[in-house]
Amino acid sequence: MLATKIRKTILTQSKRANVGHIGSCLSIADILAALYGGVLRFASPDDEDRDRLILSKGHAALALFGALNAIGVITDDLLETFCSDGSPLGTHPEHVVPGIDFSTGSLGLGLSFGCGAALAARMQNSDRRVFVIVSDAECNEGALWESVMFAAHHRLSNLTAIVDMNGQQALGYTRDVLDLSPLEGRWRAFGWDVHCVDGHDRVALESTLSELDDGDAPHVVIAKTTFGKGVSFMESQISWHYWPMTDDQFLTAIAELEAQEA
Amino acid sequence: MRTAFIHSLVALAERDPRVVLLTGDLGFTVVEDFAERFPDRFVNVGVAEQNMLGVATGLAEAGFIPFTYSIATFATMRPYEFIRNGPLLHGLPVRVIGVGTGLDYGVNGITHYALEDVALMRVQPKMMVVAPADPDQARTAVAATSEVLGPIYFRVGKGAESIPELGGRFSPGRAELLRDGGDIAIIALGPATRTALDAADLLAQTGIEAAVASVASFNPSPTADIANLLDRIPVAITVEAHYVNGGLGSFVAEVVAEHGLGVRLTRSAVREMPRALSGTQQYLLEHYGLTPRMVADSALTSLALDGS
Repeated sequence: MLATKIRKTILTQSKRANVGHIGSCLSIADILAALYGGVLRFASPDDEDRDRLILSKGHAALALFGALNAIGVITDDLLETFCSDGSPLGTHPEHVVPGIDFSTGSLGLGLSFGCGAALAARMQNSDRRVFVIVSDAECNEGALWESVMFAAHHRLSNLTAIVDMNGQQALGYTRDVLDLSPLEGRWRAFGWDVHCVDGHDRVALESTLSELDDGDAPHVVIAKTTFGKGVSFMESQISWHYWPMTDDQFLTAIAELEAQEA
Repeated sequence: MRTAFIHSLVALAERDPRVVLLTGDLGFTVVEDFAERFPDRFVNVGVAEQNMLGVATGLAEAGFIPFTYSIATFATMRPYEFIRNGPLLHGLPVRVIGVGTGLDYGVNGITHYALEDVALMRVQPKMMVVAPADPDQARTAVAATSEVLGPIYFRVGKGAESIPELGGRFSPGRAELLRDGGDIAIIALGPATRTALDAADLLAQTGIEAAVASVASFNPSPTADIANLLDRIPVAITVEAHYVNGGLGSFVAEVVAEHGLGVRLTRSAVREMPRALSGTQQYLLEHYGLTPRMVADSALTSLALDGS
């Protein structure tokens, strides 16, 4: 199963590299599984008319590398270099890597790139679409709302933002740091076509993302997720934004994933 | 110069369908011609410079050549990180147009004075910086850089004064030697070239022969030309409407030091943040020592020190 494969890559590679951002990666595994499992249309990673995917929450790059590895775009050998000296694969994605359309890592830039990509598709009479995964805390960034206004004004219906709403950010819960509620209402008030979905229900994600109408508004899918999803001791824990795993924690985490798979 | 620049851009857009113009809601009486001729390739993104640079990045990734237009301070500083992590990191041909060099905006005040834009852009290794001296050079520069694969920053002055000595020449990575003389070298950035030439005239009246070199590009930078010039002339003065650190004066200091040249260098530039100091551009240039007379006086002081 694609999502489980992505989660295993997240755990295995972050353990080997001894890095964090594990919870943020696990949070979007099902979203990526839905996108790469049938939503995204692409003949090859460098096909000019492929759908574009921008991981604006770039700190979850390992999840994206896992998805691209699962579909054969990133080789096992390349994946094994994650965070090694000289590797193009760091903890944030760079576009030189096969399958990475845009470099990210600084929050608030990706949706803006997506607006340009969506406008370009329209100007070139292409039916390709643009998907941008943003984090909920990324909505703290003022620049993001410039993009939100732009997309609505220009009726970029070929643009879809997916908000990974796990309710957490680096130092606390979003409701305590800078309350975003009502998040749906805010996007709707800015003129977007708003959908809410369980961000771990792959069937619901796929059907929502596949059935977005052409209308005249950009789409936002607010995906309610659990930070650290799939590993019980990480779920909804602020500390797992940054911590790497100990050997014991890794074994427990893998065992949990395998139990869920069985 | 900005009008000449946009005319050149219209000409470029006529023959290159990839050219797109984005504006951050600025350019009244400047951008209309482009907008009317190419309505499908013109977008006023609103007062949102960060998003403008992000949109430009997305367009460029798909094969367009977007030009982004705003006042130089807003064009460069507000979206600085978007420029860095967008066109620079992706190696895309986005052209940032910053209007108003140095103190061009006069009575508008410090928020409109581009006094660190060259420093900010020059420090980025792959950012080509083009700072034309006059309208004719701006026209040449737009045409000459149309196929550059990476991003470019165009520092476009508001003034329309022509510098006939320059003849509209522009070569990336070169300095234009407009006048030769063995006593002192005056090196000017963009429109300050006029000041440098006039200062050289004043110096000639006292029997001092000044060479005048005009710099209009960095990355590629005129390193060899400046090194060769200062290898034979050991006293130099730089002139720029920019803060003293990071711009042309700093560049020349780097060349001097890295080539082991024994040169006495004076940097004529703005040395403090202009605050609560309204006035015309001319008033401000006098205040900061950037008139021909004051540059000539600085040159005389430097020569006296060198001879002492």
